[in-house]
Amino acid sequence: MTAKPNTGFDISRRSFLKGAGGLTFCVALGADGIRLISEAEAQGAARSMNAWVRIAPDGVVTILSPGAEMGQGSMTSLPLILAEEMDADWAKVAIEWAPADAKVYGYTFANQRMMQIVGSRAVMLYFNDLRIAGAQVRKVLLANAAEKWGVAMASLQTEPGVVIDPASGRRMSYGEIASFARVPSPLPSVDKSELTLKNQFRLIGKPVPRRDLPAKVNGTAQYAIDVDLPGMVYATAKHSPVQGGEPDNWNDARIKAMPGVIGTMRLSDGVAVIADSFPQAMAARAALEVNWKKGAKAEGFNSEAALNETYAKIHADPAAKTQTLDSKGDAKAAFSSAAKLYKAEFRSDYGYHAQMEPLNAVARLDAAGNQVEVWEGSQAPDASRMAVAKALGFSPEQVTLHQCYMGGGFGRRTLGDYAAEAARIAREVKRPVKLVWTREEDIAHAMFRPQSFQCLEAALDKDGKVAGWTHCVVGDGGVLLQTGIRPSSYYAIPNQHIEARGVSHGIRVKHWRAVGHVFNVFAIESFVDQMAVDQRMDPVDFRFQRMSITPRARAVFEKAVQMSDWKASRPAGRALGISISERSGSLGAGVAEISLERASGKIRVHKVWLAIDGGLIVQPEMARANVESGIVYGLSSVLHERVTIKGGAVEQSNFHDYHVLRMSDMPEEMQVAFVDRDAAPSGLGEIGNPWVAAAVANAFYRLTGKRLNHMPFTPARVLETLKA
Amino acid sequence: MVAFTLNGKPVSVEADSSTPLLWVIRDQLKLTGTKYGCGMAVCGACTVHVNGAAVRSCATQLSAVAGKRVVTIEGLSPTSSHPLQKAWIAEQVPQCGYCQSGQLMKAAELLAANPKPTRAQIVSHMNGNICRCGTYHRIAAAIERAAREG
Repeated sequence: MTAKPNTGFDISRRSFLKGAGGLTFCVALGADGIRLISEAEAQGAARSMNAWVRIAPDGVVTILSPGAEMGQGSMTSLPLILAEEMDADWAKVAIEWAPADAKVYGYTFANQRMMQIVGSRAVMLYFNDLRIAGAQVRKVLLANAAEKWGVAMASLQTEPGVVIDPASGRRMSYGEIASFARVPSPLPSVDKSELTLKNQFRLIGKPVPRRDLPAKVNGTAQYAIDVDLPGMVYATAKHSPVQGGEPDNWNDARIKAMPGVIGTMRLSDGVAVIADSFPQAMAARAALEVNWKKGAKAEGFNSEAALNETYAKIHADPAAKTQTLDSKGDAKAAFSSAAKLYKAEFRSDYGYHAQMEPLNAVARLDAAGNQVEVWEGSQAPDASRMAVAKALGFSPEQVTLHQCYMGGGFGRRTLGDYAAEAARIAREVKRPVKLVWTREEDIAHAMFRPQSFQCLEAALDKDGKVAGWTHCVVGDGGVLLQTGIRPSSYYAIPNQHIEARGVSHGIRVKHWRAVGHVFNVFAIESFVDQMAVDQRMDPVDFRFQRMSITPRARAVFEKAVQMSDWKASRPAGRALGISISERSGSLGAGVAEISLERASGKIRVHKVWLAIDGGLIVQPEMARANVESGIVYGLSSVLHERVTIKGGAVEQSNFHDYHVLRMSDMPEEMQVAFVDRDAAPSGLGEIGNPWVAAAVANAFYRLTGKRLNHMPFTPARVLETLKA
Repeated sequence: MVAFTLNGKPVSVEADSSTPLLWVIRDQLKLTGTKYGCGMAVCGACTVHVNGAAVRSCATQLSAVAGKRVVTIEGLSPTSSHPLQKAWIAEQVPQCGYCQSGQLMKAAELLAANPKPTRAQIVSHMNGNICRCGTYHRIAAAIERAAREG
């Protein structure tokens, strides 16, 4: 008997299907999304079948969750959607992770099936499929009860976990039904019109506690870093400080002579050290002296010079390579016939995810070296599995990925790069390996929210309306620079031209909680405020009257105005700023109330109000917490967070020089409200942060008459701005 | 060999005396609720109690706890029913949860010394513990709840 790995909740497909007795509903790849099928069909079918729901005779309903859990709550909210439609007794619902198989458990996005929990997609993209699946299960239970009682199925109803026959008063629990029921093949179909009406929801829209929290207050929640396997050894790595550099040679003999060191391993972009304990591996890493090969692309890159000088030159260069992102109407004509022109420039520094759990993974190969198991907290378990397979030259079937809780994700954990690194090391040393990047490594070898330069121009027509709009973003990051640059879901400006000018530095960049929205919305909403001030208008009135505002945007602004009592006067030394952002189909308008310590340059945000249109809110309490988290993440990035790169190497190394927001910086008041709108759920994980920068900068202008045009607004930068 | 008590039980550990307590607790004694966040005592994820005082176990050498009482999140309450743990659930504090063991241990130190802290005292006491999900306001509310409800 092998020792059971300490892996938290983890389930294999086999054990799930083997459950003693009861009903198992499987899931199949359908043309239009997830489709439930019967277990008989699943067992007779090809390998893309897996269990999705199981009802045991004792009434326990086990639902698999494809919602990777990084703190946002999807692990609870996705099974809850299915449970709602099957009318399950939530107290008897158990949740397990879905296997990392996108063909089966993926949502459909851009004609691909994927499990990536990114872009605030989890609830938004799984919502319909999970409702239909839940309704199918309920129909099967009803049909079986009807047959048993010899009555028409249409005469029966359900209460949570129970089928009832109103005519006779008989009741049969789902568990009882599961002990005799047959699952028809094919399963009954469900039309959208048969789904539960909003006013009849028992779980959706109601406050339901998160399932992961009990384990998160007593130390039992399992993150990948907690996995412990028999015979496991520890690894850490030193990647090239100049990002993308390759190791040439290192003091190998000295490292190998250190206590506990098992070996070293050349990586494409670094050196791994493997030891009996993690402290020994860390000591070896600290003693590593690596000669790096010359010629890395990032060599000599200086982020401040690029941002302060190069990008503006690229913007000014008519020959620069330009990608048009959006063009409508005739922007040139709007500018040439304008009554008034405006122009502004903005900058934003690199940002680091700073998830609390340093990146890590555990890997173990079987004795023959043909199968690998990987434990990782992943936002994209399907992609991780592929990355591991690729690294080992395996097929995906040779890789089993065990999902773990993530100690923060924020967009960093979708690649499986560190899982692939762990798997390669495990194969090399022929032992199970836990690879942990030190915090210093996590920053040095990080992938950043790109830095960017923005130039916006607007043309007001004779009526003072913004008739023409151009926005150019310059930086390194491709599509990462472009998210959030189109304001069309809140401002329908008739003539606009939006473009990106890309450069390439060899620095690793990545999605980062709404990524491009952070700097694009900062630029857009600061610029709009600047025009409002110049036109001597209230910034809300200016948006309503001059910005071709959309009805949805108007509604969230109206709510934010009401929540913050926008027109009311504030205490001396305080000022308000307002802004809006869109993300993943949601809109949010927010107000920040700030003050300033003029001697130190420290901005204090005292109060925050945010009104959100996110369509149907599946879990209001979880949604509120998620949005609050976004606001704080936003405040942190706006007030503190800054990565600089010199000579291609990251200058910050830990939380003492990469500052994140702490408790003393928290607003005294933070209010989030959801505007009720009858629409499908849209994304909420990243609507909380992109609006913050402009709201704070706009409040700062009201307080000081100066514009903050470079994120973050560190005290040093604030002092410079005040002096300017 | 260094001997101390861990969550009330005597333990003795074979390790270099300079080994950070964090790794002894996690990897040798297999209590993984205490987390590694920074390794230089600036984030608080590794907070444990030594003789009742909250310390950063990543920057505490094993030799420093010889003969002392070490308590980790697993020992805060055998039934997860410490007033702070109950309040943490009531206020739905954790998100990713990774920092919360450290937050709870730091907060427990506060309430042990000051059963009715003011908000300012809470902020000052908790300011060294980073929560990247930004649950600080809920942490403060939960500490106040625990102080109120016991």
